[in-house]
Amino acid sequence: MTAAAIITRSTRASRIAGVLALAAVILLAAAPWWGSRADLRLIGEFATYVALASLWNLLAGYAGLVSVGQQAYVGLGGYVLFTCVLFLGLNPLLAIPLAGLAAGLLAIPVAKLVFRLQGAYFAIGTWVVAEVLRLSFAQVQALGGGSGISLPVDAVRAIASSRDLREWFIYWISLGLGTGAVLVAYLLLRSRIGLALTAIRDSEVASMSLGVRITSVKFAVYVLVAAATAMVGSLIFLQKLRITPDAAFSVNDWTAFVIFIVVIGGIGTIEGPVIGTIVYFLLREFLADLGSTYLLILGALAIVIMLAAPKGIWGSIAQRFGISLFPTGYRVHWRE
Amino acid sequence: MNWVNAIVQGILVGGLYALFAAGLSLIFGVMRLVNIAHGDLIILAAYVALVVVQLTGLHPLASLIAVVPLMAAFGYALQRGILNRTLGKDILPPLLVTFGLSVILQNGLLQVFTADSRKLNAGAMETMSFNAVAGINIGLMPLLMFLTAVAVIAGLQFVFYRTAMGRAFRAVSDDKETARLMGLDNDKVYAAAMALCLSVVAIAGIFLAIRSNFDPALGPGRLIFGFEAVIIGGLGNLWGTLAGGVILGVAQGIGAQIDPGWQLLAGHLAFLLVLAFRPKGLFPRIEG
Repeated sequence: MTAAAIITRSTRASRIAGVLALAAVILLAAAPWWGSRADLRLIGEFATYVALASLWNLLAGYAGLVSVGQQAYVGLGGYVLFTCVLFLGLNPLLAIPLAGLAAGLLAIPVAKLVFRLQGAYFAIGTWVVAEVLRLSFAQVQALGGGSGISLPVDAVRAIASSRDLREWFIYWISLGLGTGAVLVAYLLLRSRIGLALTAIRDSEVASMSLGVRITSVKFAVYVLVAAATAMVGSLIFLQKLRITPDAAFSVNDWTAFVIFIVVIGGIGTIEGPVIGTIVYFLLREFLADLGSTYLLILGALAIVIMLAAPKGIWGSIAQRFGISLFPTGYRVHWRE
Repeated sequence: MNWVNAIVQGILVGGLYALFAAGLSLIFGVMRLVNIAHGDLIILAAYVALVVVQLTGLHPLASLIAVVPLMAAFGYALQRGILNRTLGKDILPPLLVTFGLSVILQNGLLQVFTADSRKLNAGAMETMSFNAVAGINIGLMPLLMFLTAVAVIAGLQFVFYRTAMGRAFRAVSDDKETARLMGLDNDKVYAAAMALCLSVVAIAGIFLAIRSNFDPALGPGRLIFGFEAVIIGGLGNLWGTLAGGVILGVAQGIGAQIDPGWQLLAGHLAFLLVLAFRPKGLFPRIEG
């Protein structure tokens, strides 16, 4: 009797999901031809939150770096874009990668500092960094100080001359960043770094004894996520055309919502942030009129999920049915 | 003279920051929990005091006799009902649950009390002061606040090292399995620690409410001050936490003296400097 082991990575479900995801992205990319201006804005915002949630999930769900200070990079991205456009006269689209570069560079010394704090203290340390940036930008009079500054329409004309075309470009970049963040997370987790991250997530001590360089892996993920978060942030404020320190470094908008999205969708899964964002937008459609009650409900929902089903919606489904739409591990089958 | 004055006032405010920090330090020491909602609980205590004062007409400081037990009971229930279920090897659940709690407290207070800022009026004692040396006036309230902080820290130190409850705290902190074998009910010990923590939070909340205006959004800022005081002083050292609070207060005082916009920034920079050059804090606990 000969038995052969077949090792596969993709499954039938993941192949179908891959095709469907591709079809969905193509359909969404064509939205300027079938959707209204309001549709574009909604889908663009959706993609932005998918990006922020996927990036935070990479930090907290995989690298064990629970940050509550990612608004530092969202705000920094916005301010770098405004600085580049207003004072250097750069094309706003060119300023987006520059914002990522600036945030990546800043994240290096920041990581050296906050990595000295363990676990939960790390979380509050990242928050302090965001506060320092908020207070510092509030001191810069050239950028409007505490009351903020606007981007004149002339400056954004460099993107495209017509308003429609400008909005399309911004929409496509949002969509690109949203899908890009999910895709980068997926590819990263399938790579060597991903293997190291999974090992760290399961046991830091064991992975260290096997030669995983924990600190450098975490450091690399932190800097990468900071840079990508800043690119998303610069895009957010390019759409708003106005920035203030309080809006740019808002812990509620850029961290609290994002954490709730990931927890509800399923932390430590690639599908979770996408599902969480869908739930978040649905809830918002129905409950946004309630104002602060809406936040109350969201907070309570996150607590209930954390206590009753800590793996979130997607984590619970995947565990129950053994499916994975974005498989990062391998499966072994025996064929006789 | 302005500079000396800024430093003296900074030291006194440092007492308040030490009060913010003491509860945080206690909880971390006993159960390795960092409560993100700590600052919002301080603000909750301030509002509870406001209601008590409005209902009974008590002096704000006298309202402590009602607010401390109320907050302690709330802490006990919160720990037993929710937080105990999050404790474990994984740091994510307690962090995310207390983060959710923070958002709930902020928005709940916003609903009930609106965003208007409030203040507790302590009457004539608010403006009383005496002249320490020529040019330096020390207010009665700031001094009282500082002395209260010293007394609270001394009291916590006494509870921790001289009482049966403190022995239980130290036991579950050192080794929770063995503590259970020795007959301790860990869940109850944790709940007692949280009750003690929120008693300190109640005192901090009342002093905060007398000292300045407060509104539902102030919580996160107080959490950060408390956290910075803990790290500057060194983890696990209560007297170090007092020193950390004083250093933070002085840094803010000096910053404000340079430029009012620099007040908070100077405090954060002092914290980052300590983190960069003395990551274990200025007064780390001696191990062993």
